[in-house]
Amino acid sequence: MKTQDHPAAADAFVADDAHAHWHDQALWFIRAKRDKCAHGLPEWEELRELAAQIKQHTIAHLGDYLEQFERNATRLGAVVHWARDAAEHNAIILALLQEHCVRRMVKSKSMLTEECGLNPFLEQQGIEVTDTDLGEWIVQLRHEHPSHIVLPAIHIKKEDVGELFHRELGTEKGATDPAYLTEAARHRLREKFLAAEAGLTGVNFGIAETGGFVVCTNEGNSDLGTSLPPIHIASMGIEKLVPRLDDMGVFLRLLARSATGQPITAYSTHYHGPRPGCELHIVLVDNGRTKLLASEEFRNSLRCIRCGACLNTCPVYRRSGGHSYGVSVAGPIGSIVNPSRDPEKHRSLPFACTLCGSCADVCPVKIDLPNQLLSWRKRIAELGLIEPSKRRLMRLAGRILSTPRLYAFAGKAGRTLLRFAPRWAVYNRFNPWGRQREMPLPPKESFREWHKRQSQQEKQ
Amino acid sequence: MRVGLFIPCYIDQFYPRVGIATLRLLEHFHAGEIEFPAAQICCGQPMANAGCMADARPAAERFVATFRSYDYIVAPSGSCVTMVRNHYHGLVADEVALSEVQAKTFELCEFLTDVLQIEPPVGRFPRRVGLHQSCHGLRELRLGSDSELNIPPFNKTESLLANLDGIEFAKLERPDECCGFGGSFAIYEEGVSCMMGRDRIADHERGGAEVLTAGDMSCLMHLDGLIRRERRPLRVLHVAELLAEALGLTISD
Repeated sequence: MKTQDHPAAADAFVADDAHAHWHDQALWFIRAKRDKCAHGLPEWEELRELAAQIKQHTIAHLGDYLEQFERNATRLGAVVHWARDAAEHNAIILALLQEHCVRRMVKSKSMLTEECGLNPFLEQQGIEVTDTDLGEWIVQLRHEHPSHIVLPAIHIKKEDVGELFHRELGTEKGATDPAYLTEAARHRLREKFLAAEAGLTGVNFGIAETGGFVVCTNEGNSDLGTSLPPIHIASMGIEKLVPRLDDMGVFLRLLARSATGQPITAYSTHYHGPRPGCELHIVLVDNGRTKLLASEEFRNSLRCIRCGACLNTCPVYRRSGGHSYGVSVAGPIGSIVNPSRDPEKHRSLPFACTLCGSCADVCPVKIDLPNQLLSWRKRIAELGLIEPSKRRLMRLAGRILSTPRLYAFAGKAGRTLLRFAPRWAVYNRFNPWGRQREMPLPPKESFREWHKRQSQQEKQ
Repeated sequence: MRVGLFIPCYIDQFYPRVGIATLRLLEHFHAGEIEFPAAQICCGQPMANAGCMADARPAAERFVATFRSYDYIVAPSGSCVTMVRNHYHGLVADEVALSEVQAKTFELCEFLTDVLQIEPPVGRFPRRVGLHQSCHGLRELRLGSDSELNIPPFNKTESLLANLDGIEFAKLERPDECCGFGGSFAIYEEGVSCMMGRDRIADHERGGAEVLTAGDMSCLMHLDGLIRRERRPLRVLHVAELLAEALGLTISD
């Protein structure tokens, strides 16, 4: 499996300075909106604590709550399927679609189906899948993947959307007016909605005590996609559960505020069983989640409600773009959940982080992301997946920084080199620090040398 | 009261003035008997943050052994202090010694405000200062409230500077965004690291900063590297140097 190297992909993103700054600003704008919401609710920190506890409790009793959810959902007339991994998830959905002779399906936003690679799988079987979330549809038309779990097309400028729609939908060339472009998309998508024989949605929250679930969107596309076709398939990660309907009073208040700085999403739709005469299928997916559940260190990452706040605040994500992570869920939370599936492939992700800690403080369910990223670094080192050159460097640094005579010698030698060596000997391709930055100005004396001299002078 | 002064390795080697300023401040505020135990070297963070725990262990063991006998341990670095206080578990065999040391290790500013409980110092610093909030001090040691949390605002570092005569603070668009240093991140993710650094500098410049200060010299080493390469007119001072200068303490020989 090819290793996704974050630094190389990030360097390519940063190389277009204007675009990288535009991307950073666009996401910072959302982070600032989120701050305004968070500071507008006096009980904000209490809500976060409550949400963290509810989720932690649910995770601790996940098996029981899943069975309760299945019982209640079945009682309401839904059919519950269990998928161990992405392949099983895709196979279940394909079988359902084939059974009902479905050729066209509309989909509202679901990062889980991205994670499972459902679209290409179904397309190979001759089934047309249309993503109906505007951002996700734009990304689909470009044959790309979402770069953000909530804002899938955040990396694309409106000029590029105009160009794409001109090509794909025949809109006027050079058009960039969002209202005009959205209207064009709306018309084409309406045809897709009307022609669809099945609708697939993700799930934001599954409610164990009722067997119902909640889908949050701003565009109402999931509502249309589940109101017209006779079959509704809901793909749900097993961590999406909450115990009680009342818990929605906590999570719906946190989700949109954290995600986009809105008090609530435009649509928070509750589904309780199928519409009369229709079918509702719920596919519960593990795909590595029980591995996280089994791990003491990473378990609480299952609290995640996929709001994207940690992406919006991450100074590295904002300046390297979602695609630089090479995964369906990018950013800080992605750098925790993806290595659990394939540590070798994703070994650079836990290092794509300065450990600034901002993600932990915006997280509405209080996941200790920086600590988990540190734990991943440790695990990756234990698995022998750190580059040999870095490994050797750290071994050497560890020796020098714990052996007084070596340390004194290396310090003095380094400072002397910096003082007297010609510039080319210090600033060259072997010194990434010096590519854009000056090295520190080396003093004649270290602090300890100064201190020793002072103490001796005092004695005399 | 015996205070062990911890001068982190890179400050020892590259920024002795910061060490001297820290020592002078502790003397000035009568912190007690201040010693610099020569056996100290490094907290071990460079290796630990790279995931190489076995390589970090000897440094951590050395730190605990060196400082165990002191009443307090003070360092001019939030980052090294949080390493000791929050990330030493599993690195040091003697857990009793470890928790003792963790409980008495302080970052310089919080030692002044919380342990010595000094009044905001009176001195003079007639400059417009950009105060960079170093992340580890801010979000791990909670030396101040960050912009993410909805909690009453406070800032221990700023409170030490606020009473200086003539000082003004640059108003920032992003008051506590990371500078992009991040230890080995600065090397292995050089592109993003430098972009982050330049963005921070630009924010401080827009706020009219003449002097850039912070509680962590590592952030400043990175920012200063960019400032000097681009010949920007910002003067870079660790908060200990700034305070010492404002109080008229001598920090050369």
